[in-house]
Amino acid sequence: MVTGGLTKFAKAHPEADFRLMVKQAFEYARKDAPNLTKDRIDGTRVSYFSDHFSRQLKAASMVQDYLGMNPKGSVRIEWGGATGGECFQAAYEAVASGRMDVCLAAGYETMSRVQTWKGNEFIALASDTNFDFPLGGFYTGYYALMVVRHIYEYLRRTKFAHITDEREAQRLAIAEGSRIMSKVSVKNHLNALHNPYAQYPKRLTVDDVLRSEMISYPLTREQICTMSDGAAVAVLCSEERAKEFTDRPVRITGVGCGTDTMRLADRPFGKVPLAPTETAKDYEHLDYPGVHSFRAGRSAGLEAYRMAGITDPKRELDFIELHDAYASSEIQTYEDLGLCKYGEGYDFVESGDPFLKGIDYGFPTPNAGAIPVNPSGGLIACGHPVGATGLMQAVFAFWQLQGRIDRHYRDPALQVANARRGAIHSHAGTGSAVTVSILERGY
Amino acid sequence: MTRPKTLSKFREVQAEIERTGSAIYRDAEGRESLVIRSPYQINYIHSYAEDSPFFLGLAEGRLRGSRCTSAGCRFVFATPRSHCMVCGEPTEWFDLPLTGRIHSWTTCHFGSEAFLKETPYNLAMIEFDGAGSLLLARLRDAKQSDLYVGMPVEARFDPKPKYSITDVWFVPAAAPAPTKKAR
Repeated sequence: MVTGGLTKFAKAHPEADFRLMVKQAFEYARKDAPNLTKDRIDGTRVSYFSDHFSRQLKAASMVQDYLGMNPKGSVRIEWGGATGGECFQAAYEAVASGRMDVCLAAGYETMSRVQTWKGNEFIALASDTNFDFPLGGFYTGYYALMVVRHIYEYLRRTKFAHITDEREAQRLAIAEGSRIMSKVSVKNHLNALHNPYAQYPKRLTVDDVLRSEMISYPLTREQICTMSDGAAVAVLCSEERAKEFTDRPVRITGVGCGTDTMRLADRPFGKVPLAPTETAKDYEHLDYPGVHSFRAGRSAGLEAYRMAGITDPKRELDFIELHDAYASSEIQTYEDLGLCKYGEGYDFVESGDPFLKGIDYGFPTPNAGAIPVNPSGGLIACGHPVGATGLMQAVFAFWQLQGRIDRHYRDPALQVANARRGAIHSHAGTGSAVTVSILERGY
Repeated sequence: MTRPKTLSKFREVQAEIERTGSAIYRDAEGRESLVIRSPYQINYIHSYAEDSPFFLGLAEGRLRGSRCTSAGCRFVFATPRSHCMVCGEPTEWFDLPLTGRIHSWTTCHFGSEAFLKETPYNLAMIEFDGAGSLLLARLRDAKQSDLYVGMPVEARFDPKPKYSITDVWFVPAAAPAPTKKAR
């Protein structure tokens, strides 16, 4: 990767349509790599999630057109919430295969063109329309079903195992899980205070998060990402030519992609695909993935780690930008990605591992800096313009690895000191597809 | 010459186009964007195709799962599919028990636009003895404070079927039915 750019993510950008937003993100990237003239780009990969939002089919052609990239090769990428992550990997493949030397990955979404609850409907149409959608058509509902079971598996059956009244035990476990989830929300919103591209930067307390409006029990408004307008681009290039464009290129050393059933109800009850740090004995009594974990995320992580030669991600990665569409799914993802074992996600938050050093979150974070997760603020605070989101993560990770957070955020607070290797994680559906890419300093 | 109303809050623009069909949004930098209402409606000719026996079954008060026909597999699906996810062989239809347990649950206070008027509603994933997968359904006639993972529930059917998954829902079981240990 030799450059990247993005627009500020916002609830609504009525003054720019998707073509102009991508153009703005592209111009940002060009400004950062002045040698990147249009004639040096061999082709593009363009991503957006839903035709419904703009009611414009084949919109990627209009992006290609507006950027003046015709007649170069291009294709539209769509893979639900993981659209941006897939687009990044599609551009990687175009370069790695030798088909292109320089490939532009561009993504966007303009979700403000419909009312929020219609937007929820469009998103929910990415669930099975025979069996799932007609029940309420609500992704927050699906994620709530998952976290209730996650809490049951990992808090009710451990910390609250001594309580015999089943209802009472589950109630207490959910309260505890919600309290810990809220810390993730506090972290991401607070990190975003230092990120000028973020949509919802703010200082919150755990109580603020818990007391915000209940959306789908136990998930509250502040634990959920929102609709956004935005665009992001990443330019990928062969190693031989990278120095033409930047003195600080970033190498992509691992890519992984995993999938799972479209319907949550169909997820198997089998064995955990083990991370190098785990043994079968760790999960003797665990039915996996059920509805509590993301097998696609685990598969994607293991594939990317294998390729990058990573055996202990917590120690060998300096930061992760992951798909926290929900505070709950950030915790589930810690486990999928092997930052801790399955069942340890809540303790992982309590330990402070995923927090940044030097930021006061309003509660103790003893291990802060161990492996900062979503230093940018993640989806919860930056926004989630679906087709742009995975590329936004790539741009933030790129700046981290260049050591140039200060230049782009005009604030050094979120720079992970001496960041050499990071991961980005893009996630679709109820976990029906996940990509993980490993990025490393290439200079 | 008329000109749509100029507004500086996007929320007001949304309200204005609901009312009149057009508005001008002026942002902080003074740029003006013309915003119009653009309706879109469609009735699909949707076929349940190979899932049809399930939905016809609901109208008869039956909950039909499917079972793999391969002797070495016999995987049982509570949400039916006509070919086995595990081995790829065809499945056969069978009747699921009308009682099960809550595998997980939630109460939705919001939903898609189409379902907002039904909020709050409960969703539950139901597990059945002998089935290797689950069924997602609405859960009715239960207070949120009553619900828990493992709770026995039983199926109810709409006497006036709409040929939708909502033709079946679950309610707390009258008597604790389960014979096997919950998953």
